[in-house]
Amino acid sequence: MNIWEVIIISLIKILLIVVLMLLTVAYLVYFERKISAWIQNRKGPNRVGWLGLLQPFADVFKLLLKEDIVPEKANKVLHTLAPFIALFVSFATYAVIPIGPSVEIFGYKINLVVADVNIGVLYVLALTSLGVYGITFAGWSSGSKYSLLGGIRSSAQMISYEVSMGFSIAGVLLLSQSLSPTKIVEAQYGWMWNAIVQPIGFITFVVSAFAETNRLPFDLPEAEPELVGGYHTEYSSFKFAGFFLAEYANMIIASMMIVTLYLGGYQIPYIDKLGLSNTLTVLLQIGAFLFKTAFMLFFFMWVRWSIPRFRYDQLMSLGWKVMFPLSLLNIVWVAFLIMVFGL
Amino acid sequence: MAKKRIKDLTFWEKLYIPVIIKGLALTLKTMFKPKVTMEYPEVKFEPPASYRGRPVLVQEKNGTERCVACGLCSRVCPALAIEVQAAETELEKERFPQKFEINMLRCIFCGFCEEVCPEEAIVMSKDYELVFQDRDSAIFGKDKLLVPVEKLEDRIEFLRKFKK
Repeated sequence: MNIWEVIIISLIKILLIVVLMLLTVAYLVYFERKISAWIQNRKGPNRVGWLGLLQPFADVFKLLLKEDIVPEKANKVLHTLAPFIALFVSFATYAVIPIGPSVEIFGYKINLVVADVNIGVLYVLALTSLGVYGITFAGWSSGSKYSLLGGIRSSAQMISYEVSMGFSIAGVLLLSQSLSPTKIVEAQYGWMWNAIVQPIGFITFVVSAFAETNRLPFDLPEAEPELVGGYHTEYSSFKFAGFFLAEYANMIIASMMIVTLYLGGYQIPYIDKLGLSNTLTVLLQIGAFLFKTAFMLFFFMWVRWSIPRFRYDQLMSLGWKVMFPLSLLNIVWVAFLIMVFGL
Repeated sequence: MAKKRIKDLTFWEKLYIPVIIKGLALTLKTMFKPKVTMEYPEVKFEPPASYRGRPVLVQEKNGTERCVACGLCSRVCPALAIEVQAAETELEKERFPQKFEINMLRCIFCGFCEEVCPEEAIVMSKDYELVFQDRDSAIFGKDKLLVPVEKLEDRIEFLRKFKK
């Protein structure tokens, strides 16, 4: 392959991912509202279009038509920059997540991942930690006490849970001996899913992922009853939509990371033993990845509408006194497995 | 010696996970239950007799209002929404309201007028669809207030049962 072919293939992949992502985010908002309605014995949005399927577009157009307000006391530059940092970071993370094994299309061997970086997991960790800057800048630059409190909470929460997240991932890396997402998925062949091999690490990672994405029960940066809107109190119109988009995009990343690291990625246990044709196998595997991600997304929403918000001190003590020791315990457990069974 | 409080959580409870699973199971079950949503413009809510909608004047079968224009409702109204002007009539009741106006922008649907009325002449209806295009149309005169007694049987019966 010459350089132009590589560039064109990458561009097509990027375009596909961005379009797919925007659509997914739009419909995540729709499903969030539907699921919340079902959990509360309601029907949910069903007026705009068939079954309310055009509701997300109505919401977006409404948001775009609103006035874009910058508070007088705000730091104008950072106030404008913040939502774009949040958005950029969450979009850039998609580059390294593999949605399927490599396939051959028109004679080209194509990896179903935008960039098969050999330190992909580190890349994701680095970018998701950058995401907190968007929120903290937003909180600080708004010139409002509610926003500031939201921003500070977000950074404190991020630091606390990043630690146990990192340690949970260490368990996965010990088993796969690689930082590349593709290798990690391949290491989970058959039923060797990390969620089954190291359940403690799975739980700590999922809990940390909830905290990282600022979703209930850990949505303290935007806790409505106390902080009005938290870090995005002073945002309106397109900039607010940016934060909204980033939050849901982060949720998709978190789900994809959970699936990649713990639920076997695109693997269907022992599918290669069934003797299916190569194309069918790949299609089924992509389907499996999307299905697993969709289930995790549903889980995120399901938890959001079931569990009340943690108090701030509870959040901190859970992070440092429970999740942190548990993730350490998980490393010991994995090391024990490797030593005794030689996995 | 530190006394163990009843409020202290046991180890099992501190794990949170069992109760979280219980909560998730509950919400999952609720998702498949029948929905209670009433799709408003198509399906309309039929209130019970105890509902306090907009106050109306009872219109007798012969077409006259039951009201004797005593002015008690106007006097008791906390929002000063009711205006009554009495006049004489040849009928047995001798007095009737020449002008009876309720300002629906002021009315707070407390039902005091109905409670104080000695004649069961003003009652709260089940009408809850009150939309005005301008302020003038929100002042209801006798033309809008009079409702035939047959349509108000429900409420009158309720009042006889519970009004002291």
